Amino acid sequence: MAAVTSAERAQVRNTGSGAGRSAGPGRKPAAGSLRNRLSAWDRRFSPYLYISPFFLLFALVGLFPLAYTAWVAVHDWDLIMGQGEFTGWENFADVLGQRDFWVALRNTLSIFILSTGPQVVAAIVIAYMLDTNLRAKTFWRMGVLLPYVVTPVAVALIFSNLFSQRFGLVNSVLESIGIGGIGWHSEVLPSHLAIATMVNFRWTGYNALIFLAAMQAIPRDLYEQAEIDGAGRVRQFLSVTVPMLRPTIIFVVITSTIGGLQIFDEPRMYDQYGRGGTDGQWRTLTIYLYELGWTRSDFGLASAVAVLLFLLIVAIGIINFSITRRIADAEAADRRIRRQKGAR
Amino acid sequence: MSTTDHTPGPRPRRHLAAAAAAAAALMLSACGNEADGETSGSEAEAPESLTVTTFNEFGYEELFEEYEELTGIRIEHNKVDTAENARDALRNSLGAGTGASDIEAVEVDWLVEFMQYSDRFEDLSDPEVEGRWLDWKYQDAVDEDGRLIGYGTDVGPQALCYRADLFEEAGLPTDREEVAELLDGDWENYFEVGREFVANSEAAWYSGSDNIWQGMINQVEVPYETEDGEIIADTNPEVKDRYDALVTASVDDGLSAGLSQWSGDWTDAFQRDGFATMLCPGWMLGVIEGNADGVEGWDIADVFPGGGGNWGGSYLTVPSQGENVEAAKELAAWLTAPEQQIKAFEAIGAFPSTVEALESEEVQSATDEFFNDAPVGEILANRAEAVEIQPLKGPNYLLINVAIQDALNRVDVDGVDDAESSWEKFVDDVEAMR
Repeated sequence: MAAVTSAERAQVRNTGSGAGRSAGPGRKPAAGSLRNRLSAWDRRFSPYLYISPFFLLFALVGLFPLAYTAWVAVHDWDLIMGQGEFTGWENFADVLGQRDFWVALRNTLSIFILSTGPQVVAAIVIAYMLDTNLRAKTFWRMGVLLPYVVTPVAVALIFSNLFSQRFGLVNSVLESIGIGGIGWHSEVLPSHLAIATMVNFRWTGYNALIFLAAMQAIPRDLYEQAEIDGAGRVRQFLSVTVPMLRPTIIFVVITSTIGGLQIFDEPRMYDQYGRGGTDGQWRTLTIYLYELGWTRSDFGLASAVAVLLFLLIVAIGIINFSITRRIADAEAADRRIRRQKGAR
Repeated sequence: MSTTDHTPGPRPRRHLAAAAAAAAALMLSACGNEADGETSGSEAEAPESLTVTTFNEFGYEELFEEYEELTGIRIEHNKVDTAENARDALRNSLGAGTGASDIEAVEVDWLVEFMQYSDRFEDLSDPEVEGRWLDWKYQDAVDEDGRLIGYGTDVGPQALCYRADLFEEAGLPTDREEVAELLDGDWENYFEVGREFVANSEAAWYSGSDNIWQGMINQVEVPYETEDGEIIADTNPEVKDRYDALVTASVDDGLSAGLSQWSGDWTDAFQRDGFATMLCPGWMLGVIEGNADGVEGWDIADVFPGGGGNWGGSYLTVPSQGENVEAAKELAAWLTAPEQQIKAFEAIGAFPSTVEALESEEVQSATDEFFNDAPVGEILANRAEAVEIQPLKGPNYLLINVAIQDALNRVDVDGVDDAESSWEKFVDDVEAMR
C-alpha cells in the first residue's frame, strides 16, 4: 500500500508539471537514423528497465509465494508428507466454520485497534515535544527509539512477567491502590490491552521519529503567523501541525495497519505455551495460522487462513487507499487554488 | 529433563535470556525457512562438529565437553526452551527436508507422531547396544518394519514431592515413610488428605490441575486413541471420570492453587509457599530445585496415587537428512550409554533408562541434599518398578492432551468456563482433529 500511495502522490505531482513536459522530448522528427531510434527507445524503455529489478525480485519472493499459498490452500497438504488431493474450497469452508477462526479474527482486530490508535496519537504528541527547543536533542531523540532496538521477544518476556496475574508487578501496584487483580492472562480485553501495550512500547518511538522528520519540514513562518494571530501552543498544534502532517499520518496508519494485522511475536511470547490462551483469549490470526500449519501439520488449512488474512489486509488497505486519495485530491485542489491566487 | 507435557520447559528467571534466544530462533523458523540447522561437517567420515538439539534440561553440557576431548569433535548444542517448540521445529525441518540437527531429541509423547515418518530417521539398531535399555523403552522406538529410530535417554517414574514444613503446620506427618503410608492408595485418597490439609493451611494442596492430570492420564491403558487409530478421547469414560474428579477436587474443594504449569506465576509460587505437593518424575527434581532455590522443606516420598506412573522421558534420533549420520549415531550411542546416563542423572536427576545404569551403585545410593538428603535413587528405582501400565499413545496424543489441559485450565486457572462448558469445547477440539 505504501508503494501505491507514493505512486499516487507522484502522479499528482506529474500532472502538475505535465504542461512543460509535452513540449520537450516527445516532439522529435519522426524520420530517424538508427541513433535517433535507439535514443528514442532508450528514453521510452530505460525507466522500466531501471525499476525492473524491484519487480523481478518482488515477483520471485512476493508474488510467487502468494500464488503458491493460494495453490496450497485448495489442497490437502501435510507439513511433512506434502501435497495431497485437490479439495477446492473445502479448506476455506472448514476454516470459516471454526469458532476458533472468528475468535482469532476478533482478537486480531481488537489488538490492532487498541495498538494503532493510541500509538499514532502518542507518537504525534511525543514528536511535537521533541520538536521544541530542547537541550541535548539527539539524546532525547535516541531515547525514544530505544524500545525499538530491543527485540520483540525480550519485550514480550518482560511484559508478560509484569502482567503476571498472581504475582506480577502491574497487579501488585493496582492492588495497592485498591483495584482488584485483573485477569491479564485469563480475560479477553485485559489480555488485549497488555499485548497492545507491548506493541505500543516498541513502535511509538519509531513512529514519533517519522512524525518528527515531517514536522521539521513544516515551514516555520506558519507558526509565526499563527502566533501573530494569537494562537496558543495547543491551538498551533491542532491547527497547524496536525493538518500539515496529514500525509505522514496516513503513511504511519497504513504501515501500522499491515504490521498490526500480522502481529505474532508479542501474543506468541505472552505466555509459556504460545497458543494464545486456554480459550484463545489472545489468539490472533497469525497464531492460529501457525498452530494449524506447524502444530497440526495441516498446511492446507493454514494456507486458507493466510489467504483470508491477505484479503482482510487488502480490504482494510483499500479503505485506507480511498481515504488517502480523497485527502490527496483535496490537497491538489488546495494547491491549485493557492497557485491561482498567486498568479493573480 | 523431558516431560510429557507439551511445554515442559521450566522457566527459571535466570534462563530468560536463553529462552529468548531459543524463542527467537523459533520465530525465524516460523517464517518457513529453518535457518538454524547448520550441518556444517564437511566429510562424512570425521566431521569437525556435530549439532545436537535438546529441550529443557538433559544434563549434557559436561558430557559434550568430555566427548570433544575424547574424539576432537566439537558439539554445537541447540537448546530449545520447551519440548513443544522443539517438536514444531523438528516437524518443520522434516517437512523442508533440511534444517534438522545431526541429533534431535524426541519426547515420548510425540515419538509416536514421528513414527509415522520413521523413514526420515536413521535406523539405529545395532547388535552392540541390544539389551541396553528397559524392554518397553526400547520397543516404543521400534517401527513396524523393525527399525529402531531412537536411543532412549531417560524415563520418568513418578514419586511424590512434598513440603514437610507445610505438612507440619497443617498437622500432617512429615517423615517420608509416614507420608508414603498416608498417601498410599488411589487418587480419591490423595484428594481426601488434601481436603484435610487445605482446611488447616493457607497453602493449596497442588499447583494446578494440569500437573495432576499428567499423573492420572498416564495410568490409563488406552486413553485417547485405540490401536486402530480411532480417536476415543471425548467418549472414553475413563477420561471423563478422571476429568470430573479432578475438576471437583481442584475447584469445588479448592485443592488447586490455580496455577498453570511452567507459567511465570507457577514459577514464582515455588518461592511463596503456594502449594504443598507435586508429582515428581526424576527430571522434575531439577525443576523444583531450580525454582525453589533457597526454600527449605522439600522432601520426596516413595509413593504415588493410583499405583506407579511414568511421565515423560526422551529419545535421541538421527534424522536421515543430516550429512554426518554415522558420526551422529556414534555420539547418540555414547550419550545414552549407561556411564553417561549416570552422569546426566547426577547432573540434573534424569532417571536412567538403561538396565545397567539403573542397577548401578551410583544411582541406587544417590541422595539429594535439597530434598532433605532423601535417597532419590532408591525411591525412583522403586517407583520405576511400580509402573505397571505403559499407556497406548497414538499420533494425536500430544494434541489431545494439550486440548484437555486447556480445558482443565479454563476452569481451574482462568475461571472462564465451568466444568461442563469447558468439556464441550474440548469435545469440539477433538472433533476438529478427526
